[in-house]
Amino acid sequence: MIAELGQYALILGLVMATFLAIIPMYGASTGNVFWMSFAKPLAKSLFLFLLISMLCLVYAFATDDFSVEYVAGNSNSALPIYFKLSAVWGGHEGSLLLWVFILTCWIFAVAVKSDGLPLDISARVLSVLGMVAVGFASFTLITSSPFERLLINTPVEGADLNPLLQDIGLIIHPPLLYMGYVGFSVAFAFAIAALLSGKLDVAWSRWTRPWTNVSWAFLTIGITLGSWWAYYELGWGGWWFWDPVENASFMPWLAGTALVHSLAVTEKRGLFKSWTLLLAIFTFSLSLLGTFLVRSGVLTSVHSFAADPERGLYILVLLAITVGGSMLLYAIRAYDMKSESDFELCSRETLLLINNLVLVTICAMILIGTLYPLLIDAMGAGKISVGPPYFNALFVPFSLILCFFMAIGVSLRWKKSSVSALVKQLLPSLIISVILGVVAAYLYNEQMTLKATIALVLSFWVLISLGLDVYSKVKNSSVKILAVKKMPISYWSMQLAHLGVVVSLVGVALVATYSQERDIRMQVGDSIEMEGYRFEFKGVEKRQGPNYTSDTGTLVVYKGDNFFAKMHPEKRFYPARGTVMTEADIDAGAFLDIFVALGEPLADGAWAVRLQYKPFIRWIWLGGLMMMFAGLLSAFDKRYKRRDKQRSTSTPVASLA
Amino acid sequence: MTPKRKKRLMLVLFVVFGGVAAVSLVIFALNQNISLFYSPTQIASGEAPANTRIRAGGMVVEGSVKRSPDSLKVEFALTDFAQNVTVVYEGILPDLFREGQGIVAQGALDDQGVFNAVEVLAKHDEKYMPPEVTDALNKAGVDEKGNALKTESTQGAY
Repeated sequence: MIAELGQYALILGLVMATFLAIIPMYGASTGNVFWMSFAKPLAKSLFLFLLISMLCLVYAFATDDFSVEYVAGNSNSALPIYFKLSAVWGGHEGSLLLWVFILTCWIFAVAVKSDGLPLDISARVLSVLGMVAVGFASFTLITSSPFERLLINTPVEGADLNPLLQDIGLIIHPPLLYMGYVGFSVAFAFAIAALLSGKLDVAWSRWTRPWTNVSWAFLTIGITLGSWWAYYELGWGGWWFWDPVENASFMPWLAGTALVHSLAVTEKRGLFKSWTLLLAIFTFSLSLLGTFLVRSGVLTSVHSFAADPERGLYILVLLAITVGGSMLLYAIRAYDMKSESDFELCSRETLLLINNLVLVTICAMILIGTLYPLLIDAMGAGKISVGPPYFNALFVPFSLILCFFMAIGVSLRWKKSSVSALVKQLLPSLIISVILGVVAAYLYNEQMTLKATIALVLSFWVLISLGLDVYSKVKNSSVKILAVKKMPISYWSMQLAHLGVVVSLVGVALVATYSQERDIRMQVGDSIEMEGYRFEFKGVEKRQGPNYTSDTGTLVVYKGDNFFAKMHPEKRFYPARGTVMTEADIDAGAFLDIFVALGEPLADGAWAVRLQYKPFIRWIWLGGLMMMFAGLLSAFDKRYKRRDKQRSTSTPVASLA
Repeated sequence: MTPKRKKRLMLVLFVVFGGVAAVSLVIFALNQNISLFYSPTQIASGEAPANTRIRAGGMVVEGSVKRSPDSLKVEFALTDFAQNVTVVYEGILPDLFREGQGIVAQGALDDQGVFNAVEVLAKHDEKYMPPEVTDALNKAGVDEKGNALKTESTQGAY
């Protein structure tokens, strides 16, 4: 009964979305206020129906209703309740419903928050979002409804959630990632609304920026969590594989990062307007492409689910309509978007342009690497794969270039800076950062490598520039603390985000250069030395978990002669699915992780053991966390709150952020 | 040239040079790092080049997995039910590696036709078949249990 209710609610949601897609849009194009005023109530009811639908599925999981096919395939009565609830998005159907649900959450948020917007803009924005909702709600209903019943041969017990997904990482990673993916639909809707109305003023950018920054923050933390989860859960200690599905989330992130910066220029200076719109369209299209890559199963990936070609085709058609339609609209209308001012070569605008070019280039390279195998396969020229070396070879130099320019960008002023003053300011800090970087690299490890040294030099270079920028803002005021307090939130969030990049850069550079990995055979009593740590294998014993049995190993780790840690990596067997899983044990530290995992049992009681030494790996995720906070923080800037009073008056709020 | 045009020229040059550099890097890196997939039949017929990084895939033959007693060396056979190829790997196999399972390995063939794997690909989901393996099996005209396919599509496919 409840499952049917969920299905009906989803159908009603689709009906609401269809109305939302048509009525306010028609109203906005004919200037009919009555039709336009339908947008908000329709948006809210769309959210309500999807909420009901989602709750019905949650209820089916919580009560172990195995007559629902999707519940039977992804849950089990022995699962702890929190995994039962997260199993809602553990498979294809449920994660699609989650996708649509999160979309309606964004729609609801826009509807509630858009009181200050002109009616025609808010009607158009909500209407475009309604169209996206129609696409995905119908996709869920037609190809992958999670409410299908198994009325004949109802199973007594569920097939269990994939053990890899029985983890805190899965509880939070997909919703956050989807918040980011789907959140870019808001920026997309604003872009389409601007193209339709032909109006793109400061008010528009002020409206779009917080939404974009918040979705960017969610995508950042989603990717960060995914990387962290892969590291501790997949059992091989990697944190980024250049897997197609990782790329699928990374590409919208890159385009979204470019968008965040380009929007800053559009707001502050009224420049790059058509470019900003294009980026908004690209970012959302890449989010859709990501959904397609994950959901269609066309690529060999660790995320691939048993696939159904019909589903892939449906998303491909959605993607084609979105990209084709919005690009057509863009081609017709973008010409009207005139820049309001001009800038000199030596200015923050130029540097932000470089930032955008580099980010888009990286994004394009990843796109080529990800889609090239598909293209070759489609042409019948064989099945190829593009490996991590391709991505590393391209990503590493370009991201270093990006960091190099980042330091210059934050030190420059809008419109025009003096070249000689810039050189005078940057040259000493460049020299200092080279010295500090080289010394730090040497102190860390006497066998210096070029890449790690360059990365450290660039980290100091950005760090010094960030610090000098703060200093230059306060040096002329008599009460420095007061000057610091007066700076807008958006300035501090910019600083924090850039600091996050530095922290991640240090982490990536050091862990990529100095980690050590050993896969070896160990007998009870064997010990092995690695990077000054001695690992002694004490053997393996059987243990019983709630829904699994495990072989739990014990290793004692000594640092030099002193006891360092006792570690218990596990090999778990989940009888419901008959799957085996590696549960690594990690001794996490701010500067060093020791990672131990069991391989397989070998003859004579020996085990294959995986030992890893991972310096600074936490920094990668710490940087991501900082970037997320920065993105969320920026949405609280005062000027986004006052916007309804000073709509379309272009007050340049200082030249700070 | 007016200063404005000069500026524009600088920007255009920057974009052009950047673009050329990026594209050549992409082509270079792609050529270095792609690896082609070969089925056991293709390897047996000598289609696959030796000592080049390639991928091979098929079903792991039941009873073929042999472990060395004193190291992590493991040897197994991959099949598309028409031909077999011997794979040698040193290291820890993924959790979902099992006899009778479809897998893809990355590595190189040596001159004796033995495949030295540097990586055996792991999957999230035990129901999942790598698309390459499905394709190789289809070409050999069998399903994943080795039973002959009934459809006619195998004839027309190539």
